[in-house]
Amino acid sequence: MEILIFSILAIVAVVCSIMVICQKNPVASALFLIATMVSLAMLFLLLNAPFLAVIQIIVYAGAIMVLFLFVIMLLNLRRDEFGPEKRRAQRFFGILFVFLLLIGMVTVIEVGIFGSKSTETVSEATAPAGVEPLAQLLFTKYLFPFELASVLLLVAIVGAVVMAKRRL
Amino acid sequence: MTDSFMLQDYAYVGFFCLIGVIFVIFVFFLSRLIRPHHPTPDKLESYECGELPIGSAWVQYNVRYYLYALIFVIFDVEVVFLFPWAVVYRSLGFFAFIEMLIFLAILIFGLVYVWKKGALKWV
Amino acid sequence: MLAFVIITFVKIAVVLVVFLLLIAYLTWLERKLLGHFQVRLGPMRVGPHGLLQPIADGVKLLFKEDIVPANVHKFIHNLAPLLTFIPALIIVAVIPFGSGIKILGYEINMVISNFNMGILYILAVSSLGVYGLVLAGWSSNNKYSLLGGLRSSAQMISYEVSLGFSLIGVLMMAGSLSLVNIVNAQDKFFNWFIFRQPLGFILYLICAIAELNRAPFDLPEAENELVAGYMTEYSSMKFAMFFLGEYGNMINISALATTLFLGGWHGPFLPPVVWFLLKMVIFLFFYIWIRATLPRFRYDQLMNFGWKVLIPLALLNIFITAVIMIL
Repeated sequence: MEILIFSILAIVAVVCSIMVICQKNPVASALFLIATMVSLAMLFLLLNAPFLAVIQIIVYAGAIMVLFLFVIMLLNLRRDEFGPEKRRAQRFFGILFVFLLLIGMVTVIEVGIFGSKSTETVSEATAPAGVEPLAQLLFTKYLFPFELASVLLLVAIVGAVVMAKRRL
Repeated sequence: MTDSFMLQDYAYVGFFCLIGVIFVIFVFFLSRLIRPHHPTPDKLESYECGELPIGSAWVQYNVRYYLYALIFVIFDVEVVFLFPWAVVYRSLGFFAFIEMLIFLAILIFGLVYVWKKGALKWV
Repeated sequence: MLAFVIITFVKIAVVLVVFLLLIAYLTWLERKLLGHFQVRLGPMRVGPHGLLQPIADGVKLLFKEDIVPANVHKFIHNLAPLLTFIPALIIVAVIPFGSGIKILGYEINMVISNFNMGILYILAVSSLGVYGLVLAGWSSNNKYSLLGGLRSSAQMISYEVSLGFSLIGVLMMAGSLSLVNIVNAQDKFFNWFIFRQPLGFILYLICAIAELNRAPFDLPEAENELVAGYMTEYSSMKFAMFFLGEYGNMINISALATTLFLGGWHGPFLPPVVWFLLKMVIFLFFYIWIRATLPRFRYDQLMNFGWKVLIPLALLNIFITAVIMIL
């Protein structure tokens, strides 16, 4: 049963992410990216990590994608505005990243098949199902990274204002 | 509460969503079967106060929307951190209070910065 | 096991039917109340006191021609109404509307799923509700729609932050994210969170109206400047979906307010479900009353109010709650 649900969700996620790069219209691409995020959230749920799943939807699908959509709609680029001269650099980096992605995928598949030690840490990390164990850890053991996150967010706020200020 | 029981709870939600989606699609289908369909070129024109529309609506617009969305993302992440904190606040007590005070102080500084820079001003 | 499956099915069916009926009669209630507020009678023709009016409206919309303008983005234009209504529909799955009862020896929970993070689920699903509006506005390729969609999405994300903050106080006192546990923490009258979190309650009420895009925060629709905003180019069943979504969200917000602040199903004499519905109707009445009373905000006022008044107040509320709980 679990395998069945996993396969459906995984197929949906992969198909949607392929649709992201196959769409002509960037808004439709963004829409499929949202679908990918939501199906990833379901996969987290299947791993018994409900908090992570909900956060995935709230932050990625609900907040960051709104930002993406705003940027896409703000620019409203047409096909002729892209200009041909950047194509070559794009192609080079495209091939480079595909290569890097391939290395990553091969590593993951290799670990999955030959089952190295790392599988144990995965099951440990997903063990607490509710939010309480996670919170206990976050606010005691991982306190420092948590406080650092606030500094990171502050930097993001300042950066956003500085970048946008020029055009206001 | 055992793990299998919890998964069952998610399954109910998933089930409900599925039935909801099926219901909505069914209503659309039903409506398609029974409604009339007589398109004419005038009918398919976009609405613009009865005049012929001038140009496309897909134009560039105010950058301010983008700025608000960016600030929203940051504050949304902040809210998300507060939820687990609220749940364990009673058990962690004073320690958690100080922690969140530091966390929020840094972010309130960010809010004040945005405010003073005039990024929250809508003109 | 079989009995279990049947119970679940029946529960889902009942909840769906009741939810849709509530939406239908909420439109009736709104028209009727607005009529009486303005010293009119409201709908009177279809059935006694217009009681069959929602059904007549529904049938009419089902038979209406669906006009899709030629220059829209077809796929997204068709999808947007679904993206508005479905989130409103699936939120109901975690709202507890009564304590457990026993029928024929089977324990039945009056909630479809006692998801242990009910409140986060609601926030997550409602954060997806933004897309329906913004995509409807964009895909219509109409200036009014685009403006309406943009306005509503900017408004919804602004007030979503303070909505999230306003709930934190309740969660701190209840110490749980499960809606059933939160209701159980308010078993006595003076334990209701409306008394223990008065500021949080007021903030929630205001943010909720803004999230619903209702008067006085109904700028996205602003019929006299934006001709219904993102809905301008929609007709027939798709138009109905936006309406269903809007009223469905109104019911959800009221149900959540009941659960979080008014002690959910708790109350003397009457059965729990009746109490729950009664409290919910009070909220619905309140929202309609506000619509009949207050004029619309200006957009800059709206954004300023959200970011410069509500967020600081919500943070203050969290601070006060934290200090009181320490002492």
